[in-house]
Amino acid sequence: MCRDECADMNVLIYLIPAALALGLLALYGLFWSLKREQYDDLEGAAYRILQDDDIQEDALKDDGIHKEKK
Amino acid sequence: MAASADYSHFVKTDKDGRSRLDLAIDGITCAACLDDIETAMKRLPGVTMARLNLTSHRLALTFDQSRVESGRLVGALEAIGYRAYPYEQRKVEADEAARFLMLLKCLGVAAFAAMNIMLFSISVWSGEASSMPQETRDFFHLLSGLIALPAAAYAGQPFFISAITAIRQGRLNMDVPIAIGVTLALALSVYETAHHAEHAYFDSAIMLLTFLLAGRVMDQAMRRKTRAAAGNLAALKGENALRFEPDDKDNLVLVPVAALAPGDRVLIRAGERVPADGEIEQGASAVDESAITGETSAKKVSVGDAIYAGSINAEGALTLRVTAAGHAALIDEAARLIEAAGAARSRYMRLSDRVSRLYAPAVHLTALLTGLTWFAFGASAHDALVIAISVLIITCPCALALAVPTVQAMASGAFFRAGLFLNDATGLEKLGEIDTVVFDKTGTLTLPEPRIANAREIAPELLQLAARLARSSHHPLALAVARSVGAAAPLPDAEETHGQGVAAPFGAHEARLGSAGFCGVDFSSADEASAIFIRHGDKWAKMAIRQTLRADAAEIVAGLRKKGMKIHILSGDRPEAVAPIARLLGVEDWRGGQKPADKIAFIEALKTQGDRVLMVGDGLNDAPALAAAYASLSPIDAVHLTQTQADAVFLGERLAPVASALEIARRARSLMRQNLTLAIAYNVVAVPVAMAGQASPLFAALAMSGSSILVTLNALRLRGPGKSASLPPKQAQNPGAARIEQAMAP
Repeated sequence: MCRDECADMNVLIYLIPAALALGLLALYGLFWSLKREQYDDLEGAAYRILQDDDIQEDALKDDGIHKEKK
Repeated sequence: MAASADYSHFVKTDKDGRSRLDLAIDGITCAACLDDIETAMKRLPGVTMARLNLTSHRLALTFDQSRVESGRLVGALEAIGYRAYPYEQRKVEADEAARFLMLLKCLGVAAFAAMNIMLFSISVWSGEASSMPQETRDFFHLLSGLIALPAAAYAGQPFFISAITAIRQGRLNMDVPIAIGVTLALALSVYETAHHAEHAYFDSAIMLLTFLLAGRVMDQAMRRKTRAAAGNLAALKGENALRFEPDDKDNLVLVPVAALAPGDRVLIRAGERVPADGEIEQGASAVDESAITGETSAKKVSVGDAIYAGSINAEGALTLRVTAAGHAALIDEAARLIEAAGAARSRYMRLSDRVSRLYAPAVHLTALLTGLTWFAFGASAHDALVIAISVLIITCPCALALAVPTVQAMASGAFFRAGLFLNDATGLEKLGEIDTVVFDKTGTLTLPEPRIANAREIAPELLQLAARLARSSHHPLALAVARSVGAAAPLPDAEETHGQGVAAPFGAHEARLGSAGFCGVDFSSADEASAIFIRHGDKWAKMAIRQTLRADAAEIVAGLRKKGMKIHILSGDRPEAVAPIARLLGVEDWRGGQKPADKIAFIEALKTQGDRVLMVGDGLNDAPALAAAYASLSPIDAVHLTQTQADAVFLGERLAPVASALEIARRARSLMRQNLTLAIAYNVVAVPVAMAGQASPLFAALAMSGSSILVTLNALRLRGPGKSASLPPKQAQNPGAARIEQAMAP
């Protein structure tokens, strides 16, 4: 009954699942982060990115191992 | 003897053989502490993981118990300036955390569903006037339903569960109309979608859940924060006891009080707090039971006498055999009185429950009458039913259910900032109605421990010197001196002459702290027992040690009186000790020598006069009175049983939180009332529209979200600009200075 309009509407067949999939992805993200306790320490996280523990800690650990071996 | 403490009681071992310990940490002021603490811990051998939570001020440690002792971990923290104590998560806190997580997940699901359904709904509403084909509309309704049904089943759990529990117990709460409204809205929408009808209410149902969950998450987040801070305080108060090892009679180990078991023998030195209830096995002394009975003069005890946890050993060393807690006659009596008094208290009905008890039947009846009326006037059964259900959807108490929790969340935040912890949300409502305040004296109006009463008259350098000397002694008077002045480094080479005093070389002369004879001062007076002297060269001073009023007690009591509160003092102490305090505070109605039952009788008498009584007290003897009063507060130093009876617990050495509590609660209560009125006003406007059959899904969405947002914004006013200025300033950073000032009071 509405040949022209309905033809335009067909695009919804792709767009709606795409929108829902994106939404579900975000929801999965929320569940994932809750499970990983990402919101447990919001204040600490802000300062933790300033630490260069990735360098220091390795150095420390290496030291520890060497000392033990000696 | 001063070995590091043994905290193995708190250490948990996991499957892989690693030991875990959680510590509550005091003294974290900045982000740099994070680095300090974690690095210091990781440097210790055997520590595999150290992670500090900067929000809750807790440190999680994983370590190898064979390589490092738990006591050493705490010692290492103390060495870099942080006080730490093992923290044992209590069940309440774990439950609250789990509840919060569940609510957050529900909110996530509901918000996801609401956003996606709204996409379809808005298309349908805007397409209504133009040319949206029926197939498209049905398709959109179908999709909305597919999202809404599982989402509502998941996100609605908190409401459904609570509603079912309430109905089973034969009462109504706000969740009952919510659950009915949501369920009916979904059922109607499914039916309408299946019959290609114009309106579906999937969006209303889901949006309602989203708003309600947002309110609950807010409330729960605040509660959880308060709970965590209170848990830390409780842990950091954690005291240790010197226990004789069972197998080796001469070996003393410092263990946490929580690890004591009946039958253990502990040593209590002079000046120490009694760690557990028990019977004296060896030694004789005088104990200060002011924390238990309110009586300030010490009681003589000897072998065979029972003493209670929380009292202070004033003189000689005692060996105590721990008996099971709760077996002491005094505690049994208190528990019995609490039970009797508490029954009256549980009859209190919360504001929201009172409203919902009227609200639920009223709306269900309205819906029924609407349906019947339409049917009687010739509408089809289907139309009449749809209109009846739309009335229920419109009246689904979204704003009403948000009215109280949003204010509650804001108020517990304000309590938290004022140094108060709310034990129970009903307390907030009750505190707002108070018109009479009854204070206990010892430990409530006065500081829990004695201080120097005449500190202002003493030269500051002498006072400082006295404090430094006092650090080397465990004598109760020396402890009082050390407490009054605050931080002071102990003098090197200090030597204590037992029962006489402490002496140490300082500058050109020797400094002495102790009795008049020890200091070579010719001074004698009647109250010799509670005076201590300091001498340095020619200069000397007499320090009177007494229970002192809290710094702002007079000001706060006067402030409360100005607001029209009636003030009374009820004390377990001798009348002679109460009279000067009452005179100083200008309180006319005071009683001394009150037994717990007398206190209850007094409060009951006030209650029969129609007074709403707030009881503020700290001793074990106050616990029954706290339970009997309309609302109650206690300081954080109060004995455990008393704290659990209080609606809120306040921190610090000032009385100001009492005034803040009443002020915040009063404002919170009036905001709650305003919110409830707003929510009911919304119904008065919206219900006639629904009854007329004009409530389209668009109208429902606008009306419901509008009223919910209005109520939430109104609750935020509790924190609005200018409001916080009326709250008293935070406690002074330098407690020493504050204490010296307040010592002038009596």
